Amino acid sequence: MDKKNNDMNRRKFLKLLGAGAAVTSAAIYGCDSKAGKSAAGGGTGEIPTDKMTMRTNPTTGDKVSLLGFGMMRLPSVGGRSAREGNEEIDQEMVNEMVDYAMAHGVNYFDTSPAYCRGMSERSTGIALSRHPRNSYFIATKLSNFSPDTWSREASIAMYRNSMKELQVDYIDYLLLHGIGMGSDGMKEFNARYMDNGVLDFLLEERKAGRIRNLGFSYHGDIRVFDYLLSRHDEYKWDFVQIQLNYLDWRYAKQINPRNTDAEYLYGELNKRHIPAVIMEPLLGGRLSNVPDNIVARLKEREPERSVASWAFRFAGSFPDVLTVLSGMTRMEHLQDNLRTYAPLKPLTEEEFAFLQDTATLMMQFDTIPCNDCKYCMPCPYGIDIPAVLLHYNKCLNEGNLPQDSRTESYREARRAFLVGYDRSVPRLRQANHCIGCGQCNPHCPQRIDIPAELHRIDAYVERLKQETL
Amino acid sequence: MLRRVRQIAAFLCFSLITLLFLDFTGVSHSYFGWLAKIQFFPAFMALNIGVLVVLVLLTLIFGRVYCSVICPLGVFQDFVSWLGNKYKKNRFRYSPALSWLRYIILVLFVAMALMGWGGLLEPYSAYGRMASNLFAPLYRWGNNLLAYMAERADSYAFYSVDVWMKGLSTLLVAVVTFVVVAVLAWRGGRTYCNTICPVGTLLSFLSRFAWLRPVIDTSKCINCKLCERNCKASCINIKEHKIDYSRCVTCMNCIDKCPKGAIRYAHAAAPAAQTEAAKTSADGGRRGFLTVASLFAAGSWLKAQEKKVDGGLAVIEEKKVPVRNTPLVPAGSDSLRSFTAHCTACQLCVSVCPNDVLRPSSSLSRWMQPEMSYERGYCRPECVRCSEVCPAGAIRPITVADKSSIQMGHAVFVYENCVVNTDGVECGNCARHCPAGAIQMVPSVAGVPDSPKLPVVNEARCIGCGACENLCPARPFSAIYVEGHGKHSVI
Repeated sequence: MDKKNNDMNRRKFLKLLGAGAAVTSAAIYGCDSKAGKSAAGGGTGEIPTDKMTMRTNPTTGDKVSLLGFGMMRLPSVGGRSAREGNEEIDQEMVNEMVDYAMAHGVNYFDTSPAYCRGMSERSTGIALSRHPRNSYFIATKLSNFSPDTWSREASIAMYRNSMKELQVDYIDYLLLHGIGMGSDGMKEFNARYMDNGVLDFLLEERKAGRIRNLGFSYHGDIRVFDYLLSRHDEYKWDFVQIQLNYLDWRYAKQINPRNTDAEYLYGELNKRHIPAVIMEPLLGGRLSNVPDNIVARLKEREPERSVASWAFRFAGSFPDVLTVLSGMTRMEHLQDNLRTYAPLKPLTEEEFAFLQDTATLMMQFDTIPCNDCKYCMPCPYGIDIPAVLLHYNKCLNEGNLPQDSRTESYREARRAFLVGYDRSVPRLRQANHCIGCGQCNPHCPQRIDIPAELHRIDAYVERLKQETL
Repeated sequence: MLRRVRQIAAFLCFSLITLLFLDFTGVSHSYFGWLAKIQFFPAFMALNIGVLVVLVLLTLIFGRVYCSVICPLGVFQDFVSWLGNKYKKNRFRYSPALSWLRYIILVLFVAMALMGWGGLLEPYSAYGRMASNLFAPLYRWGNNLLAYMAERADSYAFYSVDVWMKGLSTLLVAVVTFVVVAVLAWRGGRTYCNTICPVGTLLSFLSRFAWLRPVIDTSKCINCKLCERNCKASCINIKEHKIDYSRCVTCMNCIDKCPKGAIRYAHAAAPAAQTEAAKTSADGGRRGFLTVASLFAAGSWLKAQEKKVDGGLAVIEEKKVPVRNTPLVPAGSDSLRSFTAHCTACQLCVSVCPNDVLRPSSSLSRWMQPEMSYERGYCRPECVRCSEVCPAGAIRPITVADKSSIQMGHAVFVYENCVVNTDGVECGNCARHCPAGAIQMVPSVAGVPDSPKLPVVNEARCIGCGACENLCPARPFSAIYVEGHGKHSVI
C-alpha cells in the first residue's frame, strides 16, 4: 500500500479513536506497571480481577466488559471444540470457565440456537443460571437459516425456545443472525425477517421489555447491511455485530471481492453512533496461528504478550466497540484474553500503522480465509471442509507447502504435509472426495469458493504424492 | 561354533524376511527384497534358474542348510522347538523315516500345484501368510500406537495405517498353519520339514549326497545319546551310529552337544542307501498328521477399523465390492493365466500394498492369490511396489512409466448409481481424478450443452487403476467400476 493511503488511515484512526479514550486507558495501565523484577513473566502473572475495561451502552447504560464470551467453540469432553466430532459439551469445564470469566469482570455472553450443533444455548443457560440474573448479559440470535424455519411460527418458536434453553424471561441482546448470507442476501433476508413479519414481532418484544437491545450480525452481501442502516431511524438498532480485525480492516475485499472492509462497516456504525459488537477478532485463530516471521515481528515489540493479544488490542481500541467476542475453548485462551483487556492498553497511532503493515505482510501468504465456523457442515458427501482448509493453512504458515522438489527441505515438508493431512482429516473426508456440487458455498460467511479451494488443494496433494512438483 | 554361526545366520534371514511382511513403508524391500527371491518354491515358479542352481549346489555341498537358515518356516519351527526345549530338555529320539508318507504328500503337492494351490503346503508361502495375517496386524497396531504418541509430540516420524481383515479364509488358513506347525515343532522339532514339506522332500534327495555333513567318529562315541536326544530332525540313530542325511537339516546341534567331540562336520564317503525301518511305530503315527480340529474362534479380533461417524459430519456408507466378471490383477502380471500359474499366495504383495488395494481371493480357482479391488483405495500411479517384491514372477517388475500404459482393466459406467442421476447434482469427480485422461464429462442430453454432465469412458485410454471407482461419491456401489482384463495390454 502506498504511503499516502497509510497516512490517511492513521489520521482517520486517531479521529475514530478519540484522544480522550486513549489517555484514560493509558493512565489506568500506567498505575498497574510495577518497577523491579517479577516472579512471573507478563504472559503468566496473576490476572487482576478488577481491571477489566468496561464500555457503556448508550441506550441502556449497560456497563459491558470489553471481553465478551463467545459460546460457539465450547469445550467438549474430548478437549476439543464441541463442534468437532460428535462429543458432548464438557459442562463442568464450561461452568468453570464461565465462573472464572465472571470473577475477572466478563459479563457479556454470546450464543445462538445454531452453535455447538444446537447445544450451546442449553449449556450457556446451565452455566449462567448459577449466577444472579443481573450479573450478566445474554446475547442470542434468531438463527432461522434453514428454509423450514422461515415461517413466522417456526421463527417465533425458535425465539421462545432460546428463552427456555437459557432459563431467562428476557434477553439482553437479540440479533438477527447473519444477515447478508445466502446466495442472494437480500432475498434471503426478506424471507427470514420481513415477509413473515418477524422483525415487527421482535420490535414489539423490545417494546415489551423482553428484548432489551435489538441488533443484527452481518456477513456477506453489503446491500443488506446498507439497507438496514438506512432504516436506522425507524428500527433504532441498539447495536450491530460485525467482523473486525486488522486483516479485515482494509483487506477483507481484497481477500474476497464479495466481502466488505471492516473500516467501512465500523465507519458506517460510527457515523450513526451505533455500538459495535466485534466478532472474529482473531479470524477463527488465523491471527493467533501466524507464520513464523509474523510471530517474530510481533514478539519483537511485546516479547511477553501473545500473538493473539495484538488482534484483541486492535479490536478493543475502537471507542464505539461495546465488546469483543472471543470463542474460547480452553482456559488458557480465556486467561490470555483477560490479560489483554484487564485493562486494555489501546494501540498508539504508530502501533496501528504497524499492524496495518503486518496485515500487508500477511496478505503475501495465500492462506484460505476459513474461520472454522463450520456453517458449511455437514457436507452431504462427508467431506470435513474446515479441517481440510485449516490443514492447508497450517502447512502454509509452518512453511510445509513445498513448491519445488529441488528445495532443501522438500522431503520433510512433503512428509509433514501428507502425514499431517491423514492425521487432521480421515481419508474418506479429504478433498479428493469433493464432487463440486457447491451446496456448501451459500453457507460460507467468508464467501470462500469452497469446491474450487478443495479441488486446488486436492490437485496439490496429487502432485505431492506423485512427486511431480 | 558351527551351531552359533548357523543360529546367527538363521536369525538374520528370519528377521529380515519377517520384516518384509511387516514393513509397510517399502524401505526394507529395496535392501532385503532379494531374501524372498532366493526362496526355493517362488524361485522355481519364477523359473529363476540361477537361484535354483545355487540352491542345488548349496545343498550338494553343505546339506540342507537351506532348511535351517534360509527357510523362514524352518527357523520359525526352531524357535518354537527352542521354547519347547526350555520346558523339557533332551526330549527327541530317533525315529525311522516315514518315507512313504513324504512321497504321497509330494505327489499330492504336485497335483495341488498344478491346480494353483501349491502355496498351501509350500513353506515360504505358508510362513508369509502367517506373517501377513497374524504378525503384521500386531506390528501395525504397535506402529499406530507410536503414531498416536508422535502426533501428540508434533512429530511426523510415524504415521498410522489401517488394520483390516483382507480375507477370512486366508486368515483361517494362516491360523491353522500356525497351530499345526507350532504344535508339531513343540512336540517333534522338524516333523513338518521331514514329513509334509515338499521343498524338504525335494532337497532331501540331494542332501543324501552332500559333500559336507555331520559324521560320527565311532572310536570316540560313548553312546551317551546326547546327540540323538537333541536332534530335532530325529535322524541320528546312535544304536547303529548312523545319521539319516535325507532328514538332517545341518543344524549342528549334535556337534555342539557331543561331550567327546565325536561328531564332525566333514566330508565322508557316501553311505550305503539307508535301510529305513519298515515298521511304523505308534510313535511315527503320532508324528504324522495331527488332527487339527481346534479351530480358533478368530472372528472378531481382526476386525476392520472402526467406522468414524461424527455428529457434525455426514455418515459415510462403506463401499461394497462390485461383481467383476474378470478378476483384476496388478500391472506386471501380464495375464490372469500367467499370474495364477506363478503365484504361490505368499501375501508379500498384499502386505506391501500401501493403498489397500490387494487382498487374497476367496475364489477356489485362485484361492489366497491376491486380487485387486478399489473400496479402500486405488492403484496409485506412482506405486509399483507389488511388482518389485513378487518373488514368484507372478508380477514382473515394472516402472512407473510402464504402469501408466499398462491396461489391467477398463472402467464401466453405471448410470443408475451416478449422483447426477440420484441426487441431481453436478459431479465429475471420476473425470477429475483419472490419471489417464480416459474420462470426459458430456451433456446427459445429447445436443443440450447445459444439461447435467455424465462421465463417458474412453476404454482405449483407460488403464483400470480404479481412481474413478474409489473416488466416486455413489455408495455403497460406485457408479463407475473397473472390469478386469484376462490379458493385459499396452496402450
